[in-house]
Amino acid sequence: MASRTVKRKSVVTDPVEPMVTPPPLSTDTTFLTKPKIAARSRKRDMPEGLWTKCPSCESLIYDKELDDNLKVCPKCGHHLPIGARERIHSLVETCSFEEMDAEMQSLDILKFTGAASYEAKLAAYKKKSSLLKDAVVTGVGVIGTHRVALGVMDFSFLGGSMGSVVGEKLTRLIETGSSRGLPVIIISTSGGARMYEGMFSLMQMAKTCGALALHGKLGLPYISVLTNPTYAGVIASFATVGDLILAEPAAMIGFAGPRVIKDTTQADLPEGFQTSEFLQEHGLIDAIVPRRDMRARLVYYLDFMMAGRRPA
Amino acid sequence: MKHHLDFEKPIAELQRKLEELKQHPENHSLGISWEEEIRLLERKIEDARRHIFSNLTPWQRVQLARHPKRPYTQDYLRLAFTGFEELHGDRMYGDDRAFVGGFAQIGDRKVVVIGTQKGRDTKENILRNFGSAHPEGYRKALRLMRLADKFGLPIVTLIDTAGAYPGVGSEERHIGEAIAVNLREMMLFNVPIIAVVIGEGGSGGALGIGVGDRVLILENAYYSVISPEGCSAILWKNRSAAPDAAAALRITATDLRQLGLVDDIVSEPVGGAHNDPAATAASLKDAVLRHLNEVSAQPVEERLRNRYRKFRSFGHVLEPSAQAA
Ligand SMILES: [Zn+2]
Repeated sequence: MASRTVKRKSVVTDPVEPMVTPPPLSTDTTFLTKPKIAARSRKRDMPEGLWTKCPSCESLIYDKELDDNLKVCPKCGHHLPIGARERIHSLVETCSFEEMDAEMQSLDILKFTGAASYEAKLAAYKKKSSLLKDAVVTGVGVIGTHRVALGVMDFSFLGGSMGSVVGEKLTRLIETGSSRGLPVIIISTSGGARMYEGMFSLMQMAKTCGALALHGKLGLPYISVLTNPTYAGVIASFATVGDLILAEPAAMIGFAGPRVIKDTTQADLPEGFQTSEFLQEHGLIDAIVPRRDMRARLVYYLDFMMAGRRPA
Repeated sequence: MKHHLDFEKPIAELQRKLEELKQHPENHSLGISWEEEIRLLERKIEDARRHIFSNLTPWQRVQLARHPKRPYTQDYLRLAFTGFEELHGDRMYGDDRAFVGGFAQIGDRKVVVIGTQKGRDTKENILRNFGSAHPEGYRKALRLMRLADKFGLPIVTLIDTAGAYPGVGSEERHIGEAIAVNLREMMLFNVPIIAVVIGEGGSGGALGIGVGDRVLILENAYYSVISPEGCSAILWKNRSAAPDAAAALRITATDLRQLGLVDDIVSEPVGGAHNDPAATAASLKDAVLRHLNEVSAQPVEERLRNRYRKFRSFGHVLEPSAQAA
């Protein structure tokens, strides 16, 4: 099995993420409305790669400071997008992460040609980032005192969309968790199923949920963490069947995009619709956990959820 | 009211002529008897139908799947099943009429049958929400499937929905979660599950009752990750490329069979299911019974293992270093 260890600290000054933090908004996913992640405007007014404007409070933040703060605005606490590897690095013990299936890549099985071909899209995204081969990074690592099977999605690769690779990597991750007796944690961000792979993408929903069904039967925990944005095919599959469902603050989470709902129903959307806070109020989310507290909180939950399995 | 699609027009035109001739035999062409002309016209209609329906584009099949005269779940409940009495409600919130379900018999098999239901007219469409269910629909389906599992009755699902309903209430009551829980639970039911896409297989809303030991699809039904219109709007930036999207997405019964994503195609009469609902129901009944008997013969553990392996196997990836590592 291919494995790779994420290097600690030294990567901070050698950023794994694009310097201007918000990833380019992708429309390559199955929901019709782009979630508002961050304004892309006016970045040209400032020196390239040094500062980022907080999309919420509009403060200019020094990129080094933003990186050190896990891409959370130090002024207002707004959670900006964070890359999968940077997030893993923020959660696991140094050098404990063994990546699985690092080389797995998407295949243009349908020979999909729309306005652009899938193959061209894939090539463009792979060129953009040498650190991502697709929209999820999976592996086994140690969080606090718990060895866990950890999957982290990355919106910057084709809008975090789920095709065969995302589904296969997550399924192998869950199966690894099951066979090694480990809890599974999946941190989601996605626009939904990847339409370039047609029905193969839809079937990843059944595949991942099926693996989680078997995992659950073994009495092993699954914690799902929803981050901004998580929509459509991912929300209608593995992301909402967690024993616990957590969310980052103010994340946009839903099945259909807000514009689709507005167009379909002609109704006004309630205030705060589809935010983490709204969904917690409506009973979906166990807890809203700020990014900097996530590691400790996961350890806290696992201490309880694994207590019954520990040898006395 | 008469419904026909653009490509059905030549057939409809001939049919109109035939009816006219039958009503006014005195207008028939000179030189041949009017009985003979009727026979001629009937043959022409058959030829036109055969010709048109042997060359359908994916987009034309989508239109057939959405044909307003196409048989819906309740038509099959009447024609392919016996003894159906509807059971209502999710025991939590409401009774979503976009779903119907209950006990029924198909051939000699007692089953629980569940399906999405479209309306035949405006009034019924309001009741059925055009066949697009809210979370309550998926939870009602789950309740009925649990009932089936508890009493050892096989589950048959009939899928015909443009998709789960995108509305405020749907989101407030977690439509995504309702579908996801069904995907998880359907993998674990001990009883056999046969899922049949009878019309529109609209994305997650279809898959929400689509995890079966066997997944069948009617010849002119489609099953897609996104509607062709939706895909067109996103990838072509306008909705008019829907026919291209329908082809690119590979959503027809033949495509899906070739890709290994469905287990069998249920054939429709020439002219489509709406041309002869009884014949369509008969072939649906045959196919369901055949597959049901096959999977019923498997021991429970083997059936569950096969069900998992089947969905587990879907997907194609590249693994460049798999051998090297
Ligand atoms: Zn801010």
